[in-house]
Amino acid sequence: MEPITVIEGTALPVDRSDVDTDQIIPSEYLKRIERTGFGPFLFGEWREDPNFIINDPRYAGASVLIAGANFGCGSSREHAPWAIEDAGFRVVIAPSFADIFRNNCTKVGVLPVELPAESVRALMDAALDDPETRIVVDLPNRRVTAPGLEESFPIDDYTAWRLVEGLDDIGLTLRQEKKITSYEATREAWLPTA
Amino acid sequence: MAQTLAQKVWERHVVHRAEGEPDLLYVDLHLVHEVTSPQAFDGLRVHGRAVRRPDLTVATMDHNVPTTDGPVTDRISATQMDALSRNAADFGITLFPMGAPGQGIVHVIGPEQGYTQPGMVIVCGDSHTSTHGAFGALAFGIGTSEVEHVLATQTLPQQPANTMAVNIEGDLPAGCSAKDIILAVINTIGTGGGVGHVIEYRGSAIRALSMEGRMTVCNMSIEGGARAGLVAPDETTFAYVEGRPHAPRGGDWERALEEWRTLPTDDSAVFDTEVDIDAAALRPFVSWGTNPAQSVTIDDVVPDPESFVDAGRREAAHRALTYMDLAPGTPIRDVRPDTIFIGSCTNSRMEDLRVAAEVVAGRRVAQGLRALVVPGSFAVKMQAEKEGLDRIFSDAGFEWRGAGCSMCLGMNPDTLNPGDRCASTSNRNFEGRQGRGGRTHLVSPAVAAATAIAGHFTTPGDLPAKEA
Ligand code: SF4
Repeated sequence: MEPITVIEGTALPVDRSDVDTDQIIPSEYLKRIERTGFGPFLFGEWREDPNFIINDPRYAGASVLIAGANFGCGSSREHAPWAIEDAGFRVVIAPSFADIFRNNCTKVGVLPVELPAESVRALMDAALDDPETRIVVDLPNRRVTAPGLEESFPIDDYTAWRLVEGLDDIGLTLRQEKKITSYEATREAWLPTA
Repeated sequence: MAQTLAQKVWERHVVHRAEGEPDLLYVDLHLVHEVTSPQAFDGLRVHGRAVRRPDLTVATMDHNVPTTDGPVTDRISATQMDALSRNAADFGITLFPMGAPGQGIVHVIGPEQGYTQPGMVIVCGDSHTSTHGAFGALAFGIGTSEVEHVLATQTLPQQPANTMAVNIEGDLPAGCSAKDIILAVINTIGTGGGVGHVIEYRGSAIRALSMEGRMTVCNMSIEGGARAGLVAPDETTFAYVEGRPHAPRGGDWERALEEWRTLPTDDSAVFDTEVDIDAAALRPFVSWGTNPAQSVTIDDVVPDPESFVDAGRREAAHRALTYMDLAPGTPIRDVRPDTIFIGSCTNSRMEDLRVAAEVVAGRRVAQGLRALVVPGSFAVKMQAEKEGLDRIFSDAGFEWRGAGCSMCLGMNPDTLNPGDRCASTSNRNFEGRQGRGGRTHLVSPAVAAATAIAGHFTTPGDLPAKEA
């Protein structure tokens, strides 16, 4: 996982709430058995509409995705953050996220930033008005800065540390291997096995 | 300290706890399917890691499988299924492949084979893993990186969750089912209402449900945004589990029962959030929009988006009605689907099929309608055929299929065409969920069956009496 510290770039505003993972990456594209290459299918159905904002060349190269509340609801498919990352985004800003999606993002190296609805609105409007609007997301200091806006965002210390260091969860857990083994010794014998 | 059911299960699975870190929980059962696992197995290979507990891991194929006889003609689907076969073989995992007894939708076979038991922590790379919560298990949907993590370590780091009680008291009116309960819950709390929470469904209406009904309710917890949903185990639960292939036996059964009886929420436990729903006031629900909270009762009309106070919801309703091609004010009963889908991990078990069969027996599917019944598992299919339900459905004009996810999502040959309108017993009405451009209305099996006969949304009670 790529470490995340300070991300600076322009933003793609997707002004919709309850964007589900079937919209982020439709199921017909889930058949690939690789982790990469999902970027071109991001918002697969919506992007067929030439007026959908992702098709506006002025937003090409954006590294921040801004969206409405409850972003990433629905299916647990990690293909959703894979597609977002593959399309060049490192940060998603929204008033709220669905749990599994948020969690998946932090495993992939995409930073989910939750800001108050008014601040997201202000960023959304700024990016809609001027595609050149630059947004700085500073993970170590938990701060989002844009013209006329400075706001801190919440993230738990552990997740922030993992993202800043680009650490692999499995490696961390394997440090507790002894505890896993001793827990296993206490499990009831009647628990089912395959 | 007094604890809720969810807290008890959680506490009994903590492997490692440290200040400032998520708890590391032990996973009792890891269910695997073909779509969200290939990259996880590749990850293991890249790092030279083994599957820690193949004996606690069970794999099946469900999302891609065609539900008609014959080979898999989609080359990419076949690749994904072959990958699972190879991964299961390489890593020593039990697999129920396509066409094998025991195969089926991952959330149908777990309970049916007795793998799912009270008090367990169960995970699967699938958001409807909450289904297993019906047994008083803590069951989470996880992403592929977490699938890899569980394969390698049999544990999962979990951030603490809040607890929510959804109290459903009273007697469910005739014609209403578990599906209507959960659609009402989602309508009440909204698609994000459960975010950060584990829901416990409580109250007399829940206790009165069969295990299959409880699975239907818990299944759609994610549609309310919840991380998991569960129901306290009781005699109904124990009676369902007893005697299943992987259930404890003899003295083990007695020891297990003793443990399971300690699981229900303590009387003085406090939930972070409480929601009350009056079961007696429920009616069959039909969704009109493109998220599962956008629903009304069968007696209502399609709402006017302008009636929503919240700007975001108003905008979403406008977009949904355009996508669904519905006009505000249209009575739900006047809406005419062209496709009926009875199936999915929400409603594809015996009870669902029996209810639907009773409605359609001796009747005919309306002219021009395409109607599918897809059992959730090979075992459900066998049992239904033993009871003659396949004939009832076929005689009425339904297609009787093999087990799989089928038309719940557009990954296999059963899909809607652009503009098709489907009355579906599945769980998601997102744009394009059942196939590009398809329009989904979520309903119960009873409403789906009655609608198939009438050609427009209706309930079994409103159908003309069968000819004697
Ligand atoms: S039936 Fe539908 S919701 Fe259930 S596991 Fe299959 S695709 Fe997912």
